[in-house]
Amino acid sequence: MSASETRHGIGVSPGTAHGPVVQVAPPVRPPADEPAPVDAEAALADVKAAFETVAQSLEARAATAEDTGQQILKATALIARDKGLAKAAGKLIHAGRGPAHAIAGAVEEYAAQFEALGGLFAERVTDLRDVGSRAVAAVLGVPAPGVPQITVPSVVVAEDLAPAETATLDRALVVGLITEAGGRTSHTAILAAQMGIPAVVQLPGATEIPAGVHVALDGDAGEVTINPDPALVEAQRVRGERRKEALATHSGPGLTRDGKQVSLLANIGGVEDAVAAGALDLEGVGLFRTEFVFLSASKAPTVSEQADIYRRVFGPFGDRRVVVRTLDAGADKPLAFADLGPEENPALGRRGLRLTAERPELLDAQLEALAIAARETGADVRVMAPMVATAEEAAWFARRVRENGLPKAGVMIEVPGAALRARDVLAEVDFGSLGTNDLAQYTMAADRMQGALSDLLDPWQPAVLDVIAAACEGADRAGRPIGVCGESAGDPLLALVLVGLGTSSLSMAPSKVPVVRFALSVHSLADCRKLASGAREARTAQDALEHVRQHASSELTDLL
Amino acid sequence: MAMRTVTIASSVGLHARPAALFVEAASNTGLDVEIARPGEDPVDATSILGVMALGATFGEEVVLTADGDGADAALDSLVALLSRDLDAE
Repeated sequence: MSASETRHGIGVSPGTAHGPVVQVAPPVRPPADEPAPVDAEAALADVKAAFETVAQSLEARAATAEDTGQQILKATALIARDKGLAKAAGKLIHAGRGPAHAIAGAVEEYAAQFEALGGLFAERVTDLRDVGSRAVAAVLGVPAPGVPQITVPSVVVAEDLAPAETATLDRALVVGLITEAGGRTSHTAILAAQMGIPAVVQLPGATEIPAGVHVALDGDAGEVTINPDPALVEAQRVRGERRKEALATHSGPGLTRDGKQVSLLANIGGVEDAVAAGALDLEGVGLFRTEFVFLSASKAPTVSEQADIYRRVFGPFGDRRVVVRTLDAGADKPLAFADLGPEENPALGRRGLRLTAERPELLDAQLEALAIAARETGADVRVMAPMVATAEEAAWFARRVRENGLPKAGVMIEVPGAALRARDVLAEVDFGSLGTNDLAQYTMAADRMQGALSDLLDPWQPAVLDVIAAACEGADRAGRPIGVCGESAGDPLLALVLVGLGTSSLSMAPSKVPVVRFALSVHSLADCRKLASGAREARTAQDALEHVRQHASSELTDLL
Repeated sequence: MAMRTVTIASSVGLHARPAALFVEAASNTGLDVEIARPGEDPVDATSILGVMALGATFGEEVVLTADGDGADAALDSLVALLSRDLDAE
């Protein structure tokens, strides 16, 4: 593989990077033909030694990791040293299991308990299984799974990354991320954008690139070049520099060249995100996902518990806008205290507002807590409901919001039915916000979690643009503002189209705000409208993107 | 045997970082410390998996017990730890 070769995936986190490939080893499973131990005591000693090896390697990594990563690694090392885990493995050895199976079996016993607890506890199962897989590797004497120790700036390549793996990456040494699986809105994509690491997902054959081979990646274009020509690396580097300079020349509120205001906002999902985004040059929050408040609890959190958390989220934004999405849970994100049972089609089931309509006391408690926190912090709090399909649902929600003393109610427009009837739906509330990820999923009937359907989920699909246009037209006729809070708002070319279609606020991963601000500043509103109608006239998603790339200002496209 | 009852102050419950800090502190006492929901079977407070599997959430009461020299002082320090929002620190 010495000749230069360029492949295409999906760019999910902007920027360029190059360096040697570090391959993330897949999990290790116990061999099917592992014999029963001859000497149980010796086998148990092997198991304990394997857990100790894992604990020590995790502690060694913790010593050099950054703050959050360090805590995660230390806690994971504690799991490896757990007496209960060793005891459970010992029982399995005495029952005739080989050491690798005993480790895996003990891990699964605890994993089942955690999964039964649900919420944040269930999330720890990933760490627990990671310890198990590492200990199995150690007892078998094969290389440990996961991200190997990195010593020089490298591009990390994996089938996909577990959340804990992504969170513990050393930002100083991981210059880029490539995955073979994953999608536009997968966990890896979202975290990479938040951490500001350029990333490409869905790259064919990524896991077959040998470790140590040099690659260059472009997280805007979704392009990866294996054994790149030094001239290409240099061209990418120059473009990166130029982009940095261009973006640094603009600051403050979003404005088109002719002065049309477009609010630039952040998508956040917790207190840490709020503290980070609050310190940045942006106009507030366009989407605060509140699920974390609920998913961690085995019983419904009280009003005062919730108000405490909301205060900590609103605080960093002063008097800026914070748009809060009320609880968006359902069969795929079940709540320990409000589970309506499994469903065959969770994406089409009792989720979002449909769940809170059956358990209105959950919504009322949340609204009351939001009202308290809003009053005490002075933030400009606006509340919106997820999964609204009809005008009646919008009216029901708006009434409850106002009864709880909150001034502004809105709805997410993510169901095509609500988009087509946006005039009636939005007449009931103060604003609308397009959730383009779900809107694409429902318009194209393609599951967001299916990486193989990424092409259908492309927000450049002309049908998706048509549905967005219909929603904007309805909003205009109802005299209500409409914005975007899906990942598509962070794509500078698509952002121009969205503004051209009639949206007046764009909410995105905070790292994407500067490039979108720059894109707006070099186009007039009339330019945006022309780009939008050109994109809608295209026959395919690829043609729509190409049209906008060709006709947008070269001041922008030279940087992409 | 020394015994204390304390309300979990961490907003995420006795989970992840708060659980790790608690288990570390319990191990450092060198005593056999146990933790339980009131009236339920106790678990080993030095086992991170045991403590997390307890699933104690914010605002819930738990009972700590310990035996041996310095058990009272050890439990007092653990009570002080659980009374803080460890996740926010």
